[in-house]
Amino acid sequence: MAQLEEANIDLYKHLVSERALTGETMLLNMGPQHPSTHGVLRLLLELDGETVINCIPDIGYLHTGIEKNMEAKTYLKAEVMSDRLDYMNTMGNNLAYVMAVEKLVGLDVPPRAQAIRVILTELQRIASHLVFLGAFGLDLAAMSVFLYCFREREAILDIAELCSGQRMMTTYFRPGGLWRDVPVEFETAVRDFIKIFPKRVDEYETLLTKNPILLDRTVGIGKLDVATALQHGVTGPPLRASGLNWDLRKARPYSGYEQYDFNIPTRTEGDTFARYIVRIEEFRESLKIVEQALNKLPMGPVNSDNRKFVPPPRSELGVSMEALIHHFKLWTEGFPAPKASVYSAVESPRGELGVYLEGDGGPKPHRVHWRTPSFDNLSAIEKMSRGHLVADLVAILASIDIVLGDIDR
Amino acid sequence: MDKKLELIVQALQEKYATSIEEFREEVHVFVKAEQIVDALTLLRDKYDFELLSALTATDYWPQQSPRFHVIYQLSSIARNITLQLRVPVNGDQPKIPTATRVYDVANWRERELLDMFGIEIEGHPDPRRILMPEGTEGHPLRKDFPLGYEEPQFTFNIDEIDLRKPYAKE
Amino acid sequence: MGIEQKLGNMGVATLTLETAVNWARTNAMWPMLFGLACCAIEMMAAQASHYDMSRFGMELMRASPRQSDLMIVAGRLSRKMAPVLRQLYDQMPEPKWVISMGDCASCSGVFNNYALVQGVDEIVPVDVYVAGCPPRPEALIHGVVTLYEKVKGEKFKDLEKA
Repeated sequence: MAQLEEANIDLYKHLVSERALTGETMLLNMGPQHPSTHGVLRLLLELDGETVINCIPDIGYLHTGIEKNMEAKTYLKAEVMSDRLDYMNTMGNNLAYVMAVEKLVGLDVPPRAQAIRVILTELQRIASHLVFLGAFGLDLAAMSVFLYCFREREAILDIAELCSGQRMMTTYFRPGGLWRDVPVEFETAVRDFIKIFPKRVDEYETLLTKNPILLDRTVGIGKLDVATALQHGVTGPPLRASGLNWDLRKARPYSGYEQYDFNIPTRTEGDTFARYIVRIEEFRESLKIVEQALNKLPMGPVNSDNRKFVPPPRSELGVSMEALIHHFKLWTEGFPAPKASVYSAVESPRGELGVYLEGDGGPKPHRVHWRTPSFDNLSAIEKMSRGHLVADLVAILASIDIVLGDIDR
Repeated sequence: MDKKLELIVQALQEKYATSIEEFREEVHVFVKAEQIVDALTLLRDKYDFELLSALTATDYWPQQSPRFHVIYQLSSIARNITLQLRVPVNGDQPKIPTATRVYDVANWRERELLDMFGIEIEGHPDPRRILMPEGTEGHPLRKDFPLGYEEPQFTFNIDEIDLRKPYAKE
Repeated sequence: MGIEQKLGNMGVATLTLETAVNWARTNAMWPMLFGLACCAIEMMAAQASHYDMSRFGMELMRASPRQSDLMIVAGRLSRKMAPVLRQLYDQMPEPKWVISMGDCASCSGVFNNYALVQGVDEIVPVDVYVAGCPPRPEALIHGVVTLYEKVKGEKFKDLEKA
């Protein structure tokens, strides 16, 4: 087992200023195990007193080799690994992967499945933003917000468990539709959630938004302008908080989003407070989408008819020979995909989540690449944190809302 | 293809003598390695492709020339279109010029290419490994790098695997 | 239900030193924050108000290894992170215990590849393994209670180390 080597300055000489080499500024390691870095992220800080001169992130401490491991499994089995990338937005990852597979093989999805996918993805967005709010409050030492947010999150996880049997890693969306139809109690559970949630959001706002300590610590901190953001590939709430109104659900609608009426919250200041406000507004917009989708939920099948890609229902297996053969081929070998490549992107709570999927004629993917939003969002942190104090760096890191599983894959 | 894309693709074809591929309403334009920085600058400045969505590569081992295809996925917010550029790279001494002068995000993305595929980037300001630990030999996403699969333990082989596994004693 | 109800008005309790020491250790065991990946979120959910872990003595999570007794390794351990885990384990003072939470920590779960350590017990000795991907908060609490039962059965002569 390799021992930890002492870091020497030669490795980072080209990244830090000259004052570090003489010892005038201090090089401090905000290490992989730290309560305020959201996961295992190592930040190398060059400090002049308490002011940050340079901030060099060192990632890779959670590298799981998902992209290579997916090449060894069939298309359906590889979906299991997609949940575990961005573990706050598990159903969103499933949606991105399943949409890429459907685009590659040319599979249709019935409207009932699309509507249920939208409902569950928006509920997952609310759950992810709740964890953001909890962690944001925790990093700024407001612990009661953390406990309140997790109370709401339990309601959403109960709904996920109702549909699929698992709280977090559901793998509920499959190519061609869903695993199975939602049970009868789904509608009452979601309607109960819609009834209680708006008052809770108002409760969080009364605790935080006009709080003078929060305003002192977040207004004007970590400014990011649109040009720098676009150069660094930043998308999602940080880009919308800087002023650009860009959301993939409105610009390139997928899975039936064009039928629903919702706004995209945008601010212009681009600081930490603006990023926090954008996500609070997104709570309300997501709830609007869930309500509209639930009201308009059409009847019908939840899976495509194409038996070459979707397993037949078990009731047919006793009567039809073709159903048996399709079932056998799908579960032993998997379905083949053409020798081509697609890129399909969805809007995750952190930004643009894209999947580059390349097939080679066989049942296993030739290459799966995940374009994850936290990777690009983190690369802008150096520019955002220059000149601020270390305590401000904690607030900036909390407001970008990174998930290390996304970055390291 | 999209009408807005047609003019852009035609301009690229005239300038760089590229070939194109279309699949499911996406356009893939093949560009040579020497021309890629010019093409990216042209697309960013003249045709408003402000966002470099993805920069990755695919390995076609055992085919050696080209062995890798480096893929640039560009996205334009003002015009709401996407375009994909593919650069074929040979297997022995693979190298491409850096795109960090055009897009800042290419800094980290090219480090990932260097780490995972071993494609050398000419002119990169910070050529270090990003995801794998320092001192790793080999490049994991190449097709001739093994998966590193550990044999699953069933009842018939659990005793022998247990003896070989390095358990920590204290 | 405290000690007074068992003893009445006597004011004197007699018990073995081992029982007293083990009782003290289990009733206020503080875990160290070592959440790596998805299991960390379920660990946070177990600490939050719905499934409260402070009822079992884990009032707060200490970030510093010098002030904690228990390390809950929650999540997948990559090869780059393994030396860090070993160093943190060495920095914890005796007595210390390790719970390996989740499939990825116990046996690397879904991922059988080059990048992950195949089970945390290759690096640190583990006392309790909790299965699940991720384990429900109730499963984690069951794992903690199992650890308490193990600690209550510890004898002094087993803890003597050379």
